[in-house]
Amino acid sequence: MEEMRARPGEYSMPPLIVCEHCDAVYQRRTLARGESARCQRCHAVLYRAPWLSVHAMLALTVTAMLCFVMANSWPIVALGLNGKDNASTLWGAIIAVWGAGVPLIAVLAALTLFFFPLAQILLFTWVLMFLRFHRRPPAFAPAMRAIRLLRPWAMIEVFMLGTLVALTKVSSLFDLEMRPGVILFAGLTVTLTLVTTFDVRDLWTLKQERCR
Amino acid sequence: MTGAPVRSARALGLCGCHVCGLVMRAPGPDQAAVCPRCGARVHLRKPHSLASCWALLLSAMMLYIPANVLPIMRTGTLFSKEDNTILSGVVELYRNGSWDLAVIVFVASIMVPMLKFLALITLLVSTQRGSSWASTHRAKLYRVVELVGYWSMLDVFVVTLLVALVNFQPLAEVEPLPGVVYFGLVVVLTMLASMSFDPRLIWDNDPSHADIDMHKGTSDE
Ligand SMILES: [Zn+2]
Ligand SMILES: [Zn+2]
Repeated sequence: MEEMRARPGEYSMPPLIVCEHCDAVYQRRTLARGESARCQRCHAVLYRAPWLSVHAMLALTVTAMLCFVMANSWPIVALGLNGKDNASTLWGAIIAVWGAGVPLIAVLAALTLFFFPLAQILLFTWVLMFLRFHRRPPAFAPAMRAIRLLRPWAMIEVFMLGTLVALTKVSSLFDLEMRPGVILFAGLTVTLTLVTTFDVRDLWTLKQERCR
Repeated sequence: MTGAPVRSARALGLCGCHVCGLVMRAPGPDQAAVCPRCGARVHLRKPHSLASCWALLLSAMMLYIPANVLPIMRTGTLFSKEDNTILSGVVELYRNGSWDLAVIVFVASIMVPMLKFLALITLLVSTQRGSSWASTHRAKLYRVVELVGYWSMLDVFVVTLLVALVNFQPLAEVEPLPGVVYFGLVVVLTMLASMSFDPRLIWDNDPSHADIDMHKGTSDE
């Protein structure tokens, strides 16, 4: 396969943007806060004005990290039956499913609920930490590619809804007792959703601005 | 963004990077290029998009049958054992008065995969036939498929959690059954299928690259 590399001078000047969904070309304009540009042809969102500073983004990412660590340290909920309690963490559930004879589901849950969200948070923290101090983040390009690749595969919010459904199914049979994990997972859902709304392309712009 | 006519990047010999947004000179039709800024692979169009989308979609559709016919979990008490399929889980939620959650699970587990199948078939067939029919609607359909697809994982996580929590042998127990594995695979395969479809193909047969006509083609069929 022949590879083609553009020379540095060929970077889009004037700044162009290509719609990912339909290949239409536009000239990028500066948007006011809260504005977004839509593709005229396919009506997809082309880009939005960044709504958070690097500092706010980093703060949000660190919060997501704290939520992640704590959400995984405490059980999510406990069921009670005849005075016996049974609580489980996310990993407890993954291990239980593995032991129950469906390792594929255990792997799927471990990846989409633990490893992928963790990787997302770590990569964002890594990149933003350096940008915050005007340093060029080492391995910036691979980190950006990984963030892009991971995006559809982190499923904490689906797990939150799944928890609600699971508890509803058993609420008439057992005593339900919420443990800290459930609140922390809710916090993780919110913060991670916000973190993953960061436009990776804006981070490239940020890097160019902040690291000359 | 109004006024200026819409030009496609391909017509201008350009190509956009999906990772960093850089616009560069396009590689040849079957060539791979590497984005000079971020190192991501850039294609004018995803290679073998339609073939791989078909392959993944058909595998998903085949696995969808055991995913729904086979039970996904067994709930056991001291006196009885009961096997639950995806559908019986919805019915049970509804009977117990949680009709709102029953609707959510029905949508996520049954409607979303079915709609995904239909949507992807529509997109694949219309693209292969070189149709320029309802392009805007088909583009929107694709974005919806991308957005909602992973919510079908809901039942997989419900089973995961119940297996861990309902563990009071011999009084009460939940066991996962093979149906849940098929179901998980269906979700992963449909996600991969929709990712391998290149939505830019929808527009390649658009008769007018230079300008758009909103009023054409949206009403037939
Ligand atoms: Zn577009
Ligand atoms: Zn790039």
